[in-house]
Amino acid sequence: MIEVCNRRQALSLGIGGLAVVSGAWVLPAQAANDAQDLIAKFTGGKKPEEARVKLDLPEIAENGNTVPMTVSVESPMTDAAYCSDVLVVADGNPRGGVVTFHFSPSSGVAEANTRIRLAETQNITAIARMNDGSCYMAVKQVKVTIGGCGG
Amino acid sequence: MSTVKPRIKLDKKEAKKGDLVEVKALVSHIMETGQRKDAAGNVIPRKILHKFTCTVNGRQVFAADFEPAVSANPYIQFKFRALESGPVVLTWTDDDGTQIVGEDAIAVT
Repeated sequence: MIEVCNRRQALSLGIGGLAVVSGAWVLPAQAANDAQDLIAKFTGGKKPEEARVKLDLPEIAENGNTVPMTVSVESPMTDAAYCSDVLVVADGNPRGGVVTFHFSPSSGVAEANTRIRLAETQNITAIARMNDGSCYMAVKQVKVTIGGCGG
Repeated sequence: MSTVKPRIKLDKKEAKKGDLVEVKALVSHIMETGQRKDAAGNVIPRKILHKFTCTVNGRQVFAADFEPAVSANPYIQFKFRALESGPVVLTWTDDDGTQIVGEDAIAVT
């Protein structure tokens, strides 16, 4: 199946050529990447501040099928002040959503690690929402050598 | 309930009250994205584990919503603060409604 994907990817890149600026291999029938919509929905329209969130990803991912990712948020994690949710989106995958983590004061620390799929070189954004509603973010670009088909 | 057995590892079995305990878990699952096509050109329907929760002694300490962009055989690592002894139950929910459940335990002194 990976072969099929790569052929499709190559094909659409070939057809789209230079005319297509972003989301190069999203097929016409599919919706465009919804990363910005997801962010707006998550923050309630507020602009998150670039602070307190640490997003650990490799600079270069040789295999886009499994890219290790760690998100950590600076927070005291007490009942009075804690990080409740973290949304991770990718702007170059067929769909924007990657994962959402839900923390609680008993998490002790707002930190989680998983492995994600990346279709191509793109920016990953992590947005943290605190219990008081304030939002913080971090962005990191990952260069992908072999795309993880079908993000 | 599925027969898949997840691999779960806690970095300690016994903890002092307030200590952080790290959980690592790995479960076998194809995490079919719904983007791929089979040889005949038909879209292979999405089938992923979309919800993960961890409870300690019945209290939820961590949860995650997975999208198709989470890799096959999803790995998850997180921490919780040890407050009370009890079972540590990890549950993954599949798109088809089945659940994969794994269990370990923590003793708080």
